Amino acid sequence: MDLYLPIANLSVNALVIIGLGGLVGLLSGMFGVGGGFLTTPLLIFYGIPPTVAAASAASQVTGASVSGVVTHMARGTVDFRMGGVLIAGGIVGAGMGVFIFRLLQSLGQIDTVIGILYVLMLGGIGGLMAKESIQALIALKTGRKPQARKRRHHPLVAALPMRWRFYRSGLYISPLAPLLLGMATGILTMLLGVGGGFILVPAMLYLLGMATQSVVGTSLFQILFVTMATTMMHAMTTKAVDLVLAMLLLIGSVTGAQIGTRISMTLRPEYLRVLLAAIVLLVAGRMALGLGWRPDEIYTIEVR
Amino acid sequence: MRRPLALIVAALLLSAADEPQLVPDVSQREIAIQYSFTGADLLLFGAIVYPGGVRPDKPADIVVVLKGPDQSIQMREKQKVAGIWVNADSARFESAPSFYAMASSRPIAQIVDERTAAIYELGVDKLQLSPSSLNESAELDRFQAGLVDLRDRTGLFVQRQGTVEITDGVLYRARLPLSARVIVGDYTAETFLVQDGRVVAAAVRDISVRKSGFEQFMAVAAEQWSFFYGLTAIALAVGMGWAAGAIARRL
Repeated sequence: MDLYLPIANLSVNALVIIGLGGLVGLLSGMFGVGGGFLTTPLLIFYGIPPTVAAASAASQVTGASVSGVVTHMARGTVDFRMGGVLIAGGIVGAGMGVFIFRLLQSLGQIDTVIGILYVLMLGGIGGLMAKESIQALIALKTGRKPQARKRRHHPLVAALPMRWRFYRSGLYISPLAPLLLGMATGILTMLLGVGGGFILVPAMLYLLGMATQSVVGTSLFQILFVTMATTMMHAMTTKAVDLVLAMLLLIGSVTGAQIGTRISMTLRPEYLRVLLAAIVLLVAGRMALGLGWRPDEIYTIEVR
Repeated sequence: MRRPLALIVAALLLSAADEPQLVPDVSQREIAIQYSFTGADLLLFGAIVYPGGVRPDKPADIVVVLKGPDQSIQMREKQKVAGIWVNADSARFESAPSFYAMASSRPIAQIVDERTAAIYELGVDKLQLSPSSLNESAELDRFQAGLVDLRDRTGLFVQRQGTVEITDGVLYRARLPLSARVIVGDYTAETFLVQDGRVVAAAVRDISVRKSGFEQFMAVAAEQWSFFYGLTAIALAVGMGWAAGAIARRL
């Protein structure tokens, strides 16, 4: 079933794109990550121009996170205050991302920077998650209580001035910490076309020390608004949002997200985290190989 | 209406000059890109009119070239630097055709010499790309080869040598595929009549490639009403995500 994409200027197999959206949606429902870190590379691999891929993936992440946010809001597991601060940072970060994107593009190094960023971040976070979740699993198997974490949040976070109370996160920290975190994810959203959930969730857990039950809901809440802002920025600046492509991705991903949410309720969170760590490390590994291996395309064409 | 008429008149006038004439046509003058567009197959056909209707003893050859709008492009070349592949070298070309397809009645090398092929741009290796960056000629050749390879694999450069059929020495027909990745714009279909290594007649037909209906509307909307376009994208995403959630709760 071939369908022509009016902005990407090529025709794709609609079923492949829907399937891709479904796979990513499944992950997003299971782990509370947007899944953009998979969509963008897969779309590029399929032959969609990178800018169109990043711009359209953002709106797919919006769709995948909506129902998650609604569910978490009903359960009361969204910290709106924390989310608001993260969003404010995220929108500022996305604006900075536009500038950085253009600078790197004019230097011709955007691909390399994206590749290195993926490897460093996914590798680091995946490793951290793998270590923590495997320890948790071992503790679960042996029946021993896991060692209590020595500190709740990173000393740097504690050192920041002006403290606010975040009730649902069980925190009393400076709002500057989530603001900076939001900015960092905003930049990534714009550069990599990712929601930033895979950075946000571990950072909220391990850097901020947020209460586990409100982490996923709050991260989805932030992702929802930042990807909306990013879609708008892409529509206004790069004009690379392909509505037909976004629609196909959305059909798959909103369905997949529902199934993913059901699965996540039946699985133990410890297993889920090991699984997510494995996927993140896998993508990082593939990206690292891609940097070192001889690429399929030595030449790239850019129309001016 | 004016063009074919003028051509026929010209053909009649020139036929007195003892030169053969071409009366070419294409199966589609306008190509509309719609939701189901997966490329098009173009038939380029026509007649060779010899002065006095006398066919030469040695059969002539036909070369047809379908060309898309020229683009100004920047090409980058990856090289291995410190263990990773990065864009290291680049070149700029002012007039790279976005699409190029050629068919000939025999392999080009047997029809014309290198110089004639270069003059009429017969063959992807003969394209004049007008480089505007300061690269050595060996480097430029490398970039051109890279461009050809890349466009070849996406179906944007096509060469079908020896596929033009000539019936009774006067009627010719050739089929050329138009990739789904073509850009919109004005295309030209050129036909060359070659005899003894010399181009003795040439004729051009214009083909226009346009997006139509919904596709055209989307392209215009994204460009001109980008704020509302973005808003639509967001509304679509939120609406679909919410609807899926609402449906799933009922199940």
